[in-house]
Amino acid sequence: MARTVTTQRKILTTAAAWTICLIIFFPIYWTILTSFKTEAQAINDPPLFFAFDWTLENYAIVQERSDYMKFLRNSVIIAGGSTILGILIAIPAAWSMAFVPSRRTKDILLWMLSTKMLPAVGVLYPISLIFVRFDLLDTRGGLMVVIMLINLPIIVWMLYTYFKEIPGEILEASRMDGATLKEELLYVLTPMAIPGIASTLLLNFILAWNEAFWTLNLTAANAAPLTAFIASYSSPEGLFFAKLSAASTMAIAPILILGWFSQKQLVRGLTFGAVK
Amino acid sequence: MATKASRSAARIMMAPAVVLLLGWMLVPLIMTLWFSFTKYLPLRGDSIERGLDWVGIANYARFISSSSFWPAVQTTLIMVGGVLLITVVLGILLAMLLDQPMWGQGVVRILVIAPFFVMPTVSALVWKNMLMDPVNGIFAHLWRFFGAEPVAWLQDASLSSIIMIVSWQWLPFATLILLTAIQSLDSEQLEAAEMDGAPVIKRFWYIVLPHLARAITIVILIQTIFLLSIFAEIFVTTGGAFGTRTLTYLIFQRVIDSQNIGLGSAGGVYAIILANVVAIFLMRIVGKNLDA
Repeated sequence: MARTVTTQRKILTTAAAWTICLIIFFPIYWTILTSFKTEAQAINDPPLFFAFDWTLENYAIVQERSDYMKFLRNSVIIAGGSTILGILIAIPAAWSMAFVPSRRTKDILLWMLSTKMLPAVGVLYPISLIFVRFDLLDTRGGLMVVIMLINLPIIVWMLYTYFKEIPGEILEASRMDGATLKEELLYVLTPMAIPGIASTLLLNFILAWNEAFWTLNLTAANAAPLTAFIASYSSPEGLFFAKLSAASTMAIAPILILGWFSQKQLVRGLTFGAVK
Repeated sequence: MATKASRSAARIMMAPAVVLLLGWMLVPLIMTLWFSFTKYLPLRGDSIERGLDWVGIANYARFISSSSFWPAVQTTLIMVGGVLLITVVLGILLAMLLDQPMWGQGVVRILVIAPFFVMPTVSALVWKNMLMDPVNGIFAHLWRFFGAEPVAWLQDASLSSIIMIVSWQWLPFATLILLTAIQSLDSEQLEAAEMDGAPVIKRFWYIVLPHLARAITIVILIQTIFLLSIFAEIFVTTGGAFGTRTLTYLIFQRVIDSQNIGLGSAGGVYAIILANVVAIFLMRIVGKNLDA
């Protein structure tokens, strides 16, 4: 940057940016803060910002009443399982499209993307029927497969754009040296692709964690992840702001932290490589 | 150059992903299409085993002529249009602001992006209760502080409230993509324009905006696809009441609440067609990018 920026202007932009970003972040901040209050303090007028007795009882109550750990476990298993499954299926596909492209590669990629556009509600009943028929309703396995399938196009696309950036000459050199396909994949490609695979993993874990159509419609008591657990707070009894806040904080905290690591990949992953 | 062996290996390696996605797309789609032409009321004893009565396009005609169809279309358009307008306009402004030199840029970016990572059920419930509750919400406190009567947001301004919630969720996405696009802008071009005495507005209109055109299009298309199927935010706030029943929610109610599968499936086919119209435009842009 050759342009010199006056300190005065920098102070102004800093002030403006901080004001706006604090407003945008406020709902999350307020939720975290409220989770440490008692129910009475949570609805105090005027709102309490610091002068209250910090307490952890809401977290204890939420865990005790609704077995938060069970939902957390379901979320981790469903989001983690669907992501790993998706990556395992997508790596070979993305590899072959990036390094052995044919005339149809582009069409296949675009067609995969088009399956992502299918509105879920249009196929809700058929999927429920299939779930009932195969005894998959309210199972983690069934949900894992569905969420894997929704995110598979994004996974293939992300991996494809990352693999594309690996110079093909290196692969050719390894082939010349007599590496088999398996060795080429395992020892040459994978180490170079690890950063790309890691970001794909991260972003898709986040997307799977937050998925809230199929998780709400295909689970009940057994396999419900955190999205469904939180939805059960929509018709509460009595005072519940502090407990809602504690439950919400626990549901979003892990993903907020992961999310901040993945912000660069977010752009690439969600625009299918169209903006980098 | 790829050998013949590696070509057939490539085909085999692509197979699992292609077969799975093909099944995922075709099986439910064919079932929905089939149901949409039949009378299918499971609560009245209709089932696939006993055979469904073919009713032709009756469901399609009924879905469109029902009194809730046009309001649902209108609600969908207002919701999608409203969120797009807010997120794109604010997104451009915010991206331009965040592109400026400032102190604590990293932290600011992290805080601005945060809402995108909050799961839909959490953001909807937090907004509904902690912020918009007419008695105990922050907005109610704020309104009373200024001597105004608190608003029952999700009843009296239900659609705008949901637009607000959804915009809050999607503003980070728009901002992040537009910021990425702005950062690739050649700053020398801007400096030259500045030295030639072009005012801020003109620099924005003739240099920044054209540069952002493609990113804006992509933001609009991708968001439209996600926004058309907004579900959880309506499910946990109004449950489709108070004029917030979108096309997606109407279909959901037909299928799940009234268990009219034929009618709901016909609605589903309409939704699929609508989503595909948007999708075609998105694919064109993404496809062009593949060639480059």
